[in-house]
Amino acid sequence: MTQMNMIKALNSALEVQLEKDKNVVIFGEDVGFFGGVFRVTDGLQKKFGEHRVFDSPLAEGGIAAIAMGMGLNGLRPVAEIQFADYIFPAYDQIVNEIAKVRHRSGGEFTAPLTFRTPAGGGIKGGHHHSQSPESQFTHTPGLKVVYCSNPYNAKGLLTASIECNDPVIFFEPKRCYRGPFYGDPHNVPTWNDHPDAEVPEGHYVVPLEEARIVREGTACTVIAWGTMVHMCEQAIKDSGVDCELIDLQTLVPWDRDTVVNSIKKTGRCVIVHEAPKTSGFGAEMSASIQERCFYHLEAPITRVTGWDTPFPHTTEWDYIPSPARIAEAIKKTQEE
Amino acid sequence: MTERVTATTTPYTIGRPPFRPGDDADFGGKFVEQPGDLNRPDPAKCDAQDTVAHASGLIRVLDDAGVASGQWNPQLDAETMIQGLEYMMRLRIFDDRMIKMQRTGKLSFYMRSFGEEAIAIAQTMALENQDWIFPSYRQPGAQFVRGRDMVSMICHCIGNTEDNVKGRQMPVHYTWKEGRFISISSPVGTQFSQAVGVAMASAYKGEDEVCISWLGDGTSAQGDYHYALNFASTFKPPVILNVVNNQWAISTHANLATGGRTFAERGLAYDIPSLRVDGNDFLALYSVTKWARDRAAAGLGATHIEVYTYRAGGHSSSDDPSVYRPNDEFKCWPGGDPILRLKEHLIKAEMWNETRHTALAKKIDDEVMASYKAACEFGDLASGPYPPASTIFTEVYEEVPWHIQEQREELGK
Repeated sequence: MTQMNMIKALNSALEVQLEKDKNVVIFGEDVGFFGGVFRVTDGLQKKFGEHRVFDSPLAEGGIAAIAMGMGLNGLRPVAEIQFADYIFPAYDQIVNEIAKVRHRSGGEFTAPLTFRTPAGGGIKGGHHHSQSPESQFTHTPGLKVVYCSNPYNAKGLLTASIECNDPVIFFEPKRCYRGPFYGDPHNVPTWNDHPDAEVPEGHYVVPLEEARIVREGTACTVIAWGTMVHMCEQAIKDSGVDCELIDLQTLVPWDRDTVVNSIKKTGRCVIVHEAPKTSGFGAEMSASIQERCFYHLEAPITRVTGWDTPFPHTTEWDYIPSPARIAEAIKKTQEE
Repeated sequence: MTERVTATTTPYTIGRPPFRPGDDADFGGKFVEQPGDLNRPDPAKCDAQDTVAHASGLIRVLDDAGVASGQWNPQLDAETMIQGLEYMMRLRIFDDRMIKMQRTGKLSFYMRSFGEEAIAIAQTMALENQDWIFPSYRQPGAQFVRGRDMVSMICHCIGNTEDNVKGRQMPVHYTWKEGRFISISSPVGTQFSQAVGVAMASAYKGEDEVCISWLGDGTSAQGDYHYALNFASTFKPPVILNVVNNQWAISTHANLATGGRTFAERGLAYDIPSLRVDGNDFLALYSVTKWARDRAAAGLGATHIEVYTYRAGGHSSSDDPSVYRPNDEFKCWPGGDPILRLKEHLIKAEMWNETRHTALAKKIDDEVMASYKAACEFGDLASGPYPPASTIFTEVYEEVPWHIQEQREELGK
């Protein structure tokens, strides 16, 4: 075990894969010589060579298409989309091509590939360096959608994603690259000494489709992913309510049993995500949970989300679900 | 090069096709460009600047009298040319039968390659069997070259129990991995940039493979076309990128699709050798494709080719071109009919005759009809059987996840 922040952990996952499988290639904007704007691919080109880790032209649509072509022809590309906000030029390739090729070809052709992309707010990134567009992909059959939250699951989930024979959209909460985030921008811890920053140096997998129970509790189930997992930890502390906190980790397919069993136990549920509310993945969770747990529910399922507006710049702390908003929602479930 | 006809009006320019219904279509009878106009550079040494004339001119081998000449003459033996003629006839007859099936309700939809038969066939014949074919919907002919069974193709078009893509895609959206014929999808141009990735993977693995892809003049407006050229220019993988300029994107003529010069010339700006070829000249197509493959095999990377042709039929079975262009325009267009041109050449060279031609056409037609009947054994469009409904849920992922399994159980099939 070694202490790693999320950047080092992701870098380690990539390094292990490059060593393990010669069909793994890594490319994207600035990922080669420079090692990525967030440093996730730092040192990999030097170690594995320019043909395996390289800079691509600045065109997300082209990056996605090249990745698909490589996947069709036996490689296992891991492409970086520098910010999730910039994935949309690649949307046609991802939604109409990559997601559907196995099905449309009767299983004759597949494109196993992973898109890594930093997502989410909290870095003063304004409209276009802060979005969390997971629901744009959860609505597309054929894709797996993964959202890590700490160094340990970042490495294990990325490893599982690369080894998966289905295409995976892998979201990295950029706010948490260097430390967990509990909602106070003036007091930002690092991953130093955090138990989830204890990361094995070698190969391991955090299986896709498995959620993680961060904290066991009896009074309310709180479901979150990415940065919101840490915000929820803080909110649960502040609320004084004995909550069970679930880090969903994989959104498609999500871990039905862990979620349903928890809500049957607690009878209450708060879903938290930083993406806008309307048609967010919280809506899907909420609908699915009431279909399965209606007679166990003691209070309405509540969502705490980003607003249905573009992501703001200087006012971002009023946009992102804060521990205060989350705690309030948790307490409200106890009033019913 | 064809002069673009434009109508300059305020506040901006709107292009015009050369003719509209009711006009007397007159292209002047012949191409100005003739075989022998353009030299054939050494493919192992050629760079983009050596192809400036080739990108604005027109590479031809067969002249208007059916005589082959010039440096681009591939000097094919009789057997190869007759084989090419047979593949083209096969595609024409197959298409004619299938469009009739569509008209009588036996197929839901169809797209012919009418007038463009030489393209995929000559080009695939010029390649090696290990090369990847990444087609649009108007290159099904490549499958004949690679030996795909007609019954299997018709089963796909019907979407019956033997459709290898399990009734999931519209007719003509073929997939055939055994022939390295990559799955066709409806969004136009996406395959062009993917083909560059396929070729990069071949290069990465050190395989002697090229990838060939095609898109249309209309589609060359898509970002994917430009992604393909820029990535191909940057990484120089073994890829052959063809713009099939058949002049019509459904009802939109190429004059309305770009204000540029020839489509081929765009490649020069990406520093990719670029050729403009007579797309109804089987021998010229074969020759430029072989040249492009030789370049790729020499490690020089991509070649960009404008295949100048004419979409003789409608865009698809849902299209009626008489609404937007003169019905006889194809007959007036100087490129002629690719099948008739090769046939004429073979007859002139005393390698072929009308009797053999008629007999071959009859034999192919019988084979198409027999294949249709054989395909219907696995289900016809009206009454099935179709693939089981469970195929809706399979192969979305490698394994069926729980939420899709639940939905399958909800359907109860």
